[in-house]
Amino acid sequence: MSAVADKYPVLQELGVEVISVSVDSHFVHKMWNDHELSKMVKGGVPFHMASDQAGNVGRAYGVWDENQGIELRGRFIIDPDGIIQAMEVLTPPVGRKFAESVRQIQAFQHVRASGGKEAMPAGWEPGKPTLKPGPDLVGKVWEVWKPDME
Amino acid sequence: MAESVGCARVSGAVTGQTPASTAEPQPNVSLERKESLMTARVGQKAPDFTAPAYYKGGFGPVKLSDFADKWVLLCFYPGDFTFV
Repeated sequence: MSAVADKYPVLQELGVEVISVSVDSHFVHKMWNDHELSKMVKGGVPFHMASDQAGNVGRAYGVWDENQGIELRGRFIIDPDGIIQAMEVLTPPVGRKFAESVRQIQAFQHVRASGGKEAMPAGWEPGKPTLKPGPDLVGKVWEVWKPDME
Repeated sequence: MAESVGCARVSGAVTGQTPASTAEPQPNVSLERKESLMTARVGQKAPDFTAPAYYKGGFGPVKLSDFADKWVLLCFYPGDFTFV
């Protein structure tokens, strides 16, 4: 979570809010912020750290692990209409890559800005060409996109 | 429930469902209750929830739908003070 907290300004520029959720109480969140995270991130955690001790929220998102009584590493990108556009769930030992979340958010924002007329090919990053699906593109993707562009 | 964040052992709850209070025994957390729970899917509405939260030095509930009209990055993780 410290990685997200540290790069929170990047998300703010993109108009993204963050909510973190675990089964720890809000009291423990405060202790973690005060005693550890605030030493990694200047000013401490800048977003809501939510508590889901009974796992109700985790169950609804499919990340509740009833055997361990914890929530798996689940990351959800939710658009301004409240629609889940992307989800990624990892088992506990491997952390997320923040830059990949940002890339996906930028891609979905680009799709939204285009009114759904553009699509983002594999490996798309801001500045790279997009695809404009339509009759003219059928069978012609090879002309505008190649695997080495990823 | 999550609206008042005091000493009670409150938990997050999906909007529209009665949250299980950890302060009271819940002997009949029944199967049908589990089955009725939504499961998140891409392209579908994100399940709304309210949960007690720590935020910038204070305690208070956070509700997902309060951030309507914004993009939200929702991150679950196994626990505070874990290493990753």
